[in-house]
Amino acid sequence: MGMTHIVDRRLNGKNKSAVNRERFLRRYRHHIKRAVADAVQKRSITDIERGEKVSIPSRDIEEPIFHHGQGGKREVVHPGNQEFVAGDTIPKPEGGGGQGSGQGQASPDGEGMDEFAFQITQEEFLDFLFDDLELPNLARKKLKDTEAFKYVRSGFSTQGVPAKLDVVRSLRGAHARRLGLGGARKKKIRDLEKQLEALKSAPEDLDPAFSHEDQIKVLEEEIARLKANVKRIPFIDEIDLRYRQHLKQPQPATSAVMFCLMDVSGSMTQMHKDIAKRFFILLYLFLKKNYKKIEVVFIRHHTSAKEVDEEEFFYSRETGGTIVSSALKLMHKIIESRYSPAEWNIYAAQASDGDNWNDDSPVCGKVLADSILPLVQYFAYVEITPQDHQMLWYEYEKIQERFPQSFALQQIADPGEIYPVFRQLFERKAA
Amino acid sequence: MTNLMDRPTPPGSDQPRAREPISTGSEWTFELIQKYDDEIAKCAAEFGLDTYPNQVEVISAEQMMDAYSSVGMPVGYHHWSFGKQFLSTSKGYQRGQMGLAYEIVINSNPCIAYLMEENTLPMQALVIAHASYGHNSFFKGNYLFRTWTDASAIIDYLVFARNYVAECEERYGVDTVEEILDSCHALMNYGVDRYKRPAPISASEELRRQKEREEYQQRRINDLWRTIPKMDEDDDPVRRRKRYPEEPQENILYFIEKNAPLLETWQREIIRIVRKLAQYFYPQRQTQVMNEGWATFWHYTLLHRMYDKGLVNDGFMLEFLQSHSAVVYQPPFNSPWYSGLNPYTLGFSMFTDLRRICENPNEEDRQWFPDIAGSDWLETLHFAMKNFKDESFIQQFLSPKVMRDLKLFAIQNDDQEDVYRVTAIHDEPGYRDLREKLARQYNLSYREPNIQVWNVDVRGDRSLTLRHIPVDRVPMGKETEEVLRHVHRLWGFDVHLESVDDGATVQEYHCPPRELEED
Repeated sequence: MGMTHIVDRRLNGKNKSAVNRERFLRRYRHHIKRAVADAVQKRSITDIERGEKVSIPSRDIEEPIFHHGQGGKREVVHPGNQEFVAGDTIPKPEGGGGQGSGQGQASPDGEGMDEFAFQITQEEFLDFLFDDLELPNLARKKLKDTEAFKYVRSGFSTQGVPAKLDVVRSLRGAHARRLGLGGARKKKIRDLEKQLEALKSAPEDLDPAFSHEDQIKVLEEEIARLKANVKRIPFIDEIDLRYRQHLKQPQPATSAVMFCLMDVSGSMTQMHKDIAKRFFILLYLFLKKNYKKIEVVFIRHHTSAKEVDEEEFFYSRETGGTIVSSALKLMHKIIESRYSPAEWNIYAAQASDGDNWNDDSPVCGKVLADSILPLVQYFAYVEITPQDHQMLWYEYEKIQERFPQSFALQQIADPGEIYPVFRQLFERKAA
Repeated sequence: MTNLMDRPTPPGSDQPRAREPISTGSEWTFELIQKYDDEIAKCAAEFGLDTYPNQVEVISAEQMMDAYSSVGMPVGYHHWSFGKQFLSTSKGYQRGQMGLAYEIVINSNPCIAYLMEENTLPMQALVIAHASYGHNSFFKGNYLFRTWTDASAIIDYLVFARNYVAECEERYGVDTVEEILDSCHALMNYGVDRYKRPAPISASEELRRQKEREEYQQRRINDLWRTIPKMDEDDDPVRRRKRYPEEPQENILYFIEKNAPLLETWQREIIRIVRKLAQYFYPQRQTQVMNEGWATFWHYTLLHRMYDKGLVNDGFMLEFLQSHSAVVYQPPFNSPWYSGLNPYTLGFSMFTDLRRICENPNEEDRQWFPDIAGSDWLETLHFAMKNFKDESFIQQFLSPKVMRDLKLFAIQNDDQEDVYRVTAIHDEPGYRDLREKLARQYNLSYREPNIQVWNVDVRGDRSLTLRHIPVDRVPMGKETEEVLRHVHRLWGFDVHLESVDDGATVQEYHCPPRELEED
């Protein structure tokens, strides 16, 4: 018939709904943010980069229309009658308020109807997380591009910048070209020269029609023309040029270890810990961008320090006083036994509400300056408190003066401040 | 129009079968799809199916989900509700809870049908027969579609609508436009003319007129409100009691578009767009049983015809029949899978039985359908397809045999009684009653509350009053106040909805809500 037009559309974009999906996420960003915040609480800090299931109460996303309510008199025709005859009555179920429902009594697959659940992608998850942290766009991009690249040589190209010109390759090419273009002519020149030689040395022919002079002239002209041709072949031409080519390749793995130190004494509330957790997450993402392999060590302390797993780190509570130096000493011990600075890039972040046993603060300064800071890339201290500083802060300020390259301290009062503080702490490092 | 002269020999006649099937495997290729389509087209022509030209588009599952979530519109303006639809579709699909429809077909000229690449060859053939010849001929032939939609203009209009909405978003912000669209969607079912024939839509015309409207409309609306005499100057009680509009208006969106005092021109244009789309989809909502029944009847008939011609083999038919019987399966009312009457089953049974009544009528048929029993079946089926909608189709053609086959029965639920009553079943005394009840069930104005624009207080607070006429005392649903908020957003002044049963107001809704008037 030929009337029908059959089209293969499979290669057309499949993301026609992307904008509508984005509109949906935008409309329900508050719900999603809440879900992301909950997920951050539940997840390990090394497990931030995947999507999340989000549930929204169905009533919040309903699109209302005018429709009939319960009540009144309705009649509905159904299929599959077995034993009913006209006039039969069926008692209404108890407790249905005597109303029942005309249309298909209470949807059989009604479960889960009150929640609208869907999946957001890793990318979206990070976006909402960063939203919460008021992360600027540029920083988001840097953190989301987890791959770091370096350029590796990968053969030669005919195009490039002068700085990448490979002289040997280019000259070799030029030589080959000169041979290719000039070789045949040069051979011909040699042949003609031989003929010329022979002609010149041969006795003059008597017949003027075969005059040697004429022939010699012709040969000489031909040789001159060929030589001029050969001479016109450039010594080096644009097409000979070869440039070294470089390709972007993921940076080979280097290792980093990240120490998370946190005060878990009675004065640290869950709110403090949540802020600390977000700070640690940012640090983790930041390191992940720079290193292929990252290990995380959790050290918590009150009056004594202990290496723990993440769960215990964030969620178990202690009471009692605070001796910060215990954590620093433990960190030093762990570095000595497991993370040789020759193989590991060592980072540390310490979170605390600033509380410390007064006599201990000078000890902290000493441990930091003498045994830790010489070994680590960077040590960041965040004090999560809206209040005035205590002894420990002033001690650390002195440290910062002595080690401005590898030590920094900042104060955070609420989640919105985490990123600005983080940036100040890591600005120089990130550059 | 359709040429019924060269009729095929009825299936089952002793025509020798050339056992040369088009293909034997289940893998499809574009060449094979083309071949099948050619043969199906020949069969369709034998039966006089008159169609728009076809465009068959092969798409991936992801693209099918996209098509799904835009309610089958190949181009649509952006809105979060389509995103919601997409999320729930893809979730269901990924979890394997839900298969995707085999096909989506669009009432356009050419008629666009989507085939999923995952389908086997017999499935592709089924879909082509079902959509490209079944639905297509229905779109082209049925009076509702002929009256209310313009297949050649819809794609262009959708493009116009999308661009217009995008432009508004740029100018006035996504949120502002979204608010208007939300409100329009809430009233979409009340944005159609049910009886008047609308002017057909055409994109170029629309664009030109839209410019004109932009210039004149605002002025006209200002005129309406300005020329209304001030209250104290008008003492004539008759004129004061006169309502505006004088006759109740069923098309609420239209009324708002033309009369809301405060709307900007672009907001009126967006109301118009939603209204036009509602109108475009309106025939589909009224012909679901017929349209699916017709398409199912024809894929069944056309593929059997292919089999009779020896163009497909037994394996093909086996796979096809398996899908076909899944499509027309009707779980009984007490099954956990029951979710109402399956429109495919009802429609297919009715068209099939209609053919039987024409070809092999019995005594009952002669009594019930004296005009069509023994008549030419193709002519009768085409007549039914062209001139009816679900409600009237059932009223006219539902036969006792179909009622018996489906074992239909009616249950009455009256909130003033403490029992359900079986009011009619598939037996002699029940047939007519049952048929009437089922027909009414497909009457949209019975399924949706009957609400009309009743009055605007043009001399007073400019409030808009809608009137709901309950049927059988069925009240308004829970979301009513929610919807009124949307009406209020569009109208800009107070909005009231009163349910008036037999002259007595039984229920009132107000937006903004009224203070309690007691103390």
